[in-house]
Amino acid sequence: MKGVRHYPGFLGLTILCLVILYAPLIVVMAYSFNGSTSITQWGGFSMRWYVDVFTGPDAKRFGQAAWNSITIALMAATAATIIATAAALAMVKGGRFRGRGASFALINLPLMVPEIVTAVASLIFFTAIGLTTGYGTILVAHMAFCIPFAFLPIAARLEGIEASYEQAARDLYATRAQAFRLILLPLLAPGLASGWLLAFIISLDDFIITNFVKGAGMETLPTAIFGSVKQGIKPNIMAISTLMLAVSVLFVTAAYLINRKGRQTP
Amino acid sequence: MTTAIDIRSVVKTFGEFTALHGVSLDIADNAFFTLLGPSGCGKTTLLRLIAGFEAVTAGEIRLFGEDIARLEPNRRPVNTVFQHYALFPHMSVIDNVAFGLKMQGLDLSGRRARAGKMLEMVHLSAFADRLPSQLSGGQQQRVALARALAPAPKVLLLDEPLSALDLKLRQAMRVELKQLQEDTGITFIFVTHDQEEALTMSDRIAVMSAGQVQQIGTAQEIYEAPSNRFVADFIGETNLLEVDVHQVHEGRATLTLPGGHRLSCPSALVAPGRHSLSIRPERVTISDSAELSAADLSATVERVVYLGSDLQVLTRLADDTAFTIRLQNAARTEVPSPGAQIGLHLEEGAARLLAD
Ligand SMILES: Nc1ncnc2c1ncn2[C@@H]1O[C@H](COP(=O)(O)OP(=O)(O)OP(=O)(O)O)[C@@H](O)[C@H]1O
Ligand SMILES: [Mg+2]
Repeated sequence: MKGVRHYPGFLGLTILCLVILYAPLIVVMAYSFNGSTSITQWGGFSMRWYVDVFTGPDAKRFGQAAWNSITIALMAATAATIIATAAALAMVKGGRFRGRGASFALINLPLMVPEIVTAVASLIFFTAIGLTTGYGTILVAHMAFCIPFAFLPIAARLEGIEASYEQAARDLYATRAQAFRLILLPLLAPGLASGWLLAFIISLDDFIITNFVKGAGMETLPTAIFGSVKQGIKPNIMAISTLMLAVSVLFVTAAYLINRKGRQTP
Repeated sequence: MTTAIDIRSVVKTFGEFTALHGVSLDIADNAFFTLLGPSGCGKTTLLRLIAGFEAVTAGEIRLFGEDIARLEPNRRPVNTVFQHYALFPHMSVIDNVAFGLKMQGLDLSGRRARAGKMLEMVHLSAFADRLPSQLSGGQQQRVALARALAPAPKVLLLDEPLSALDLKLRQAMRVELKQLQEDTGITFIFVTHDQEEALTMSDRIAVMSAGQVQQIGTAQEIYEAPSNRFVADFIGETNLLEVDVHQVHEGRATLTLPGGHRLSCPSALVAPGRHSLSIRPERVTISDSAELSAADLSATVERVVYLGSDLQVLTRLADDTAFTIRLQNAARTEVPSPGAQIGLHLEEGAARLLAD
């Protein structure tokens, strides 16, 4: 039987998709090394915009935004991973309970809610309970929407761990806590790591929700970039974007590798 | 003899379904005890109740006199060899074996020494630092054994530990397991659905079916003197004939075989009437055609099946019931040919009358 690869036009379509996906990224990466101040004309290879990012007039603003982004992402990913782990343990290892299916749906539903809706809802919620928008509200919102992203790899990993490992530990005189710490947790580690990395990346590059709940004067890297692009694109934006892209690729690759390695030894 | 495990009227239900209907067993200390029965009869369930992974619905489980039925698994001095071994994949072989000792609070040097000794016992000293995934199935099985034996449990539970191994290895492991049981003096409770495994290794066997114990006895007892139809049919091959019992007196019954021949045989039970008679295929001899009239049964040969060391002769009795005979494939065996009319002679003790 002929595979899908043999349909007419398959190759053309594939190339078209790849071009649309990656051409803009490649342009941005290439022009971040542009020696001229123009964003359309090539002025020779240079690292000047990278130097500009760290020392130029905008350096302080971007530095503060990057600091906010990274600290929020670290805390949000950690909190989301802990909550997602507790949820996954209850749902996968907690036996059958009433409303198990509904709980699964509830945890994963935010993945399907349009982000703008979550953003508006979060803002209304924070205002209604009288919180001043700022660093704190960004953090809380990020913790919340990162949970399903952390949950997926953790729950998938947990489902692959047979009950007999824990039983064997209990049989060999381990208490419940010891069996969890010495057996289940190490076996779950790859899932935890990829859940955390995924949550970290999702938090790091979130724009819509952050933009709604950040309040005046508070910036994360994506909102800061958006702010300066509104006043016209300068090549240093391309350098920052390329740096963020590099961090994202690094983390996603790490998550993938950890997950794959974990799968070889169940 | 001391009783290691005393199971009293244990009932286990899963929701509506009753997996064990009041099982009672008495397992002697230092015995190789086997739970034998078809798939789904409740063997694993009973083992899990003893280990503590499931809670009994009703009944008692006593370990050397102490009721353990409601203790957590880590408080029961009983260890398990799991069917798929459940070796901890992230720990080396030696750490796996030492795990139980560590949980018991033994210090590092004590653990290393004891675990090393256990690995020596199962001939795996050279593999101490490997991960379980770097071992063959047979080696993993030995590690599982060493791990379960290391804390010197009072009873070792084994759930079909040989089922994942190939035939040759399985046969070798049978001998080794039995030897290990004798050397350690620990009571083994071994679960299997393989009757050959049960017959070759066990001191005593409990035959189970549908959540109930059908018979408990030595291999010889359950093979030679099955107490009911299920046991006779499940253990080994047998021919079951419907016969008329005229009289039962002092453990012997007089009955009429199909074809009219009268027979006296040992009997478990029963009141006169219609009952099942079990006749083992290897306890039947074929008599010369000259003596046909004196034979216990007469039959027509349908097919001869070659089994290597044995020959299986499939025949039909006069009343059309199928009847199987086993002959040794010796040089002097005369093999009857299909279609031949033969007389069957039952050896002393070949037939046994059954309760239903
Ligand atoms: N957790 C459970 N929930 C519901 N039913 C169960 C559960 N565990 C076992 N059973 C049922 O109890 C019966 C006995 O199961 P068990 O696993 O003890 O059988 P077994 O004799 O070990 O069979 P096998 O030789 O196939 O392993 C089966 O009908 C099974 O479906
Ligand atoms: Mg079983």
